[in-house]
Amino acid sequence: MTNQPTIICDHLTKQFGNFIAVDHISFEVKAGEIFGFLGANGAGKTTAMRMLCGLSIPTSGNATVAGFDVYKQTEKIKQNIGYMSQKFSLYEDLTVLENIRFYAGIYGLTDRQIREQTDDLLHRLDLGSNAKELVGGLPLGWKQKLAFSVSVLHRPQIVFLDEPTGGVDPITRRQFWDLIYEASESGVTVFVTTHYMDEAEYCNRVSIMVDGKIEALDTPTMLKKQFSASSMDEVFFALARRAQRQGD
Amino acid sequence: MKRFIAFIKKEFLHVFRDRKSLLMLFGLPIAQIILFGFALTNEINHAKILIVDQAKDRASAEIIQKIAASRYFEITDYNADANSIEPEFKKGNVTLALVFPNHLYGDLLHNNNASVQVIADASDPNTATTLTNYIQSIISEYNQQVALATTAGIRIIPQIRMLYNPELKAAPNFVPGVIALILMLVCVMMTSVSIVREKEMGTMEVLLVSPFRPLFVVLSKAVPYLVLSLINLAVILLLSVFLMDLPVKGSIILLFAESTLFIITALSLGLLISTATASQEIAMLLSLMGMLLPTLLFSGFMFPIENMPWPLQLISHIIPARWFYIIVKSIMIKGLGLSAIWKETLILAGMAAFFLVVSIMKFKKRLE
Amino acid sequence: MRTIRFLLQKEFSQIFRNKALLPMILIAPLLQLWILPLAADYEVKNVNIAIVDHDRSGASRDLLHAITSSGYFRMVGYSASYPQALKEIETDRADLILEIPLHFETNVVRQGHEELLVAVNAINGVKASIGASYLSKILQTFNAHLALQWQEMPNTNVRPSVEVISSNWFNPHLNYRFFMVPGILAVLVTLIGSYMTALNIVKEKEVGTIEQINVTPIKKHHFILGKLIPFWIIGMAVFTIGLFAIAMGLYGIVPVGSIVLLYFFLAVYLIAVLGFGLLISTYAATQQQAMSIAFFFIMIFILMSGLFTPIESMPGWAKVIAHLNPVTYFIEVMRMIVLKGSGLKDILPQIGIITLFALVFNGWAIWNYRKTS
Repeated sequence: MTNQPTIICDHLTKQFGNFIAVDHISFEVKAGEIFGFLGANGAGKTTAMRMLCGLSIPTSGNATVAGFDVYKQTEKIKQNIGYMSQKFSLYEDLTVLENIRFYAGIYGLTDRQIREQTDDLLHRLDLGSNAKELVGGLPLGWKQKLAFSVSVLHRPQIVFLDEPTGGVDPITRRQFWDLIYEASESGVTVFVTTHYMDEAEYCNRVSIMVDGKIEALDTPTMLKKQFSASSMDEVFFALARRAQRQGD
Repeated sequence: MKRFIAFIKKEFLHVFRDRKSLLMLFGLPIAQIILFGFALTNEINHAKILIVDQAKDRASAEIIQKIAASRYFEITDYNADANSIEPEFKKGNVTLALVFPNHLYGDLLHNNNASVQVIADASDPNTATTLTNYIQSIISEYNQQVALATTAGIRIIPQIRMLYNPELKAAPNFVPGVIALILMLVCVMMTSVSIVREKEMGTMEVLLVSPFRPLFVVLSKAVPYLVLSLINLAVILLLSVFLMDLPVKGSIILLFAESTLFIITALSLGLLISTATASQEIAMLLSLMGMLLPTLLFSGFMFPIENMPWPLQLISHIIPARWFYIIVKSIMIKGLGLSAIWKETLILAGMAAFFLVVSIMKFKKRLE
Repeated sequence: MRTIRFLLQKEFSQIFRNKALLPMILIAPLLQLWILPLAADYEVKNVNIAIVDHDRSGASRDLLHAITSSGYFRMVGYSASYPQALKEIETDRADLILEIPLHFETNVVRQGHEELLVAVNAINGVKASIGASYLSKILQTFNAHLALQWQEMPNTNVRPSVEVISSNWFNPHLNYRFFMVPGILAVLVTLIGSYMTALNIVKEKEVGTIEQINVTPIKKHHFILGKLIPFWIIGMAVFTIGLFAIAMGLYGIVPVGSIVLLYFFLAVYLIAVLGFGLLISTYAATQQQAMSIAFFFIMIFILMSGLFTPIESMPGWAKVIAHLNPVTYFIEVMRMIVLKGSGLKDILPQIGIITLFALVFNGWAIWNYRKTS
């Protein structure tokens, strides 16, 4: 695991008319790191992430993802990242197997690789017996784990997770984070946004966005010290109270 | 009650914020009225014909002159070759060919009888028939001219009075039809899709879990479309009066009352469809195929119901639009009152009640 | 290329799994194709006529006999007075009133002319004028007949006249269905092609799976091809079933021209029409929107395509709209090939125009579709 930064942001900005959603943010994410991108709803997290995924062109500032420029090389970025959105984005009307095969194929895995990876994935998630079930019929927790596994199937350098653990019980969330650790250990950089502050504890480093700006960036331990807080919740409250924007 | 109003307000916001859909909802009746009023007609004008003139005498010249002067025809070739008829038909360049035989005038004078040949491209049988009839009446005129010179015959002349629509405008026929169509469309399609959308998005659960009778949730969806439809009706009537010169002869209040009845029927149908479908695509397809086309056909405004084979005529009896069309015509064009249309009103009311009850029952069942 | 294979696998799995959609797409249009032509008939037949006969003479009876035996009219009753007959029109029991005045016979015999009152329900202007012209024709013949019977001048019973011999090519029995079925099939294929494509893509937008697609390295044109191809195939399938099962099987309409040519045109046409659906999908955020927009345009396309009313009769500005309408060309070509046996050379202009439509719609749609905003 090298310590080269896989994501570099330099005064990255996104403006919609007069509204500055993302306000000149600058930070770096190292390879293999689990980076938590925190903030209240409406703080600008999703907008920032979309720029890093190549889904949205910044208004100003610079950024490179996996070494590629977010203005001119969005397609190259997409080849090297994985993504899991809030809505999980698996096809509910396709089976587990069909979803895996589809995304594997899209990312250019050979037929043989697809077969191997599929078997491996099904085994690890213990979904072997559900392989032919429609994703729509699976419980939420399984959908989430499947979606994550599919997003790293092609062994991307970085995987972006947008609020991945909404709506499930703490145990399932814990299991989900086990998957994230596995990925991180194999060298994948994990960039995760969440508004669950306890999940912040699981990250290597955490940034907190307020009103489009990054107001804090450090390890959870250091942040708690900095704000004399006993939990990330308290850290967050301390910062969020200063916020101007309402949640969406 | 207050909460019901809150729901209705929310639904109104949904509908009016969706600018694109709104544009279509209001744009469609306007477009239809303009098209039906000014562009769509079964009359044939400037039909392209060619003439094979083997006679080249007084008779053919006179007849050709009459044809050239008529606005129904446009002669593309005064002196075509008989062999060119088929290729020209195939290319779609002309729809009729007129062939004058040799010695036309001579035959007429000496044998009192002569004939011309009319060859029509009957791939469109209506046009063919109409054009052939036009030619026949031009030739009749010619015959009369010739005849007047030789004899005075019996003349029984019809004095024709056109009732309700002396100028034979197309508007009196189709405006009531467009009203039926638009009301049916907006209410059925939009309502069903809107309800199914909530189901699909999962927000339906949220609404249903609210301390609120589920029926009111659904009714709150229907109300904006009821209002929209009435506005649409008003727009169509305004267009009809100012653009098409077609006023409402009878009672406007009665017209709106009957329309409300029809709208309720259509809304219930929309609700019924929403209970039967799980996805918006299907709801829309079902509304389209199951509602719109039958309305178009069986209401009677595009095609006369009397012409249809009797099984279809039977089916037309269960289409609400058929009765509504008669009601609108009676009020708007004939200026009649409730006494003339009480039968149709009763039937429509019965249908409204029936669909309402069935759809509510189905909806309640779905929830359990 | 491989990407397309995976995209197609996904699309087809989804389509075939949708138990409600597939039958809808296949059965509903065929049902329409079956019923619509039966219902669509503009011919004016069976005009209901109410008679008010004040004369009740031999002549008036003869006249009435001529009218009822013509086959055009159906006598619904005798009324004693005009106001009474008017009630028949008000209740739509009669379309036309004929009032024969007192002394009808006497006037005809003595003076050689008389006037009859004809009142017509003219709400349907076309029906009214055709009904009136039928009556006029019958009267003309009746005039001549009377002249033969009653006139005393011997040498005027033969009047010179030009007779019209009419022949109808391509459709000798004037079967309106021959005319409608190809046109309706064209419209149905259009409906399915454009609607389904539009809705399908917008659905992915609504659900969110399109964002997932946008984040993958799938190329724009691969994604679009992956959407177009399945619906192109479905369009072809619907057309085939419609042509063979309904048009040929049920109505006995066998194309006079080359079926291969027909399919060739269909292939290009589908690309254009699917492209249109695609275009709509780039402008709509929700399925409801897509539906409204698509419906608006398709309604206009159908009305202005020459399916129900002839394009030649439209005013200039309307003709322009009709010629900007892809459906117009398909209906033209359908009728030309199926009924008249037109060949490749005859339809070259239409092929050219449809190719242009295909390029414009698809090009515009691809340009609009952005993976990155």
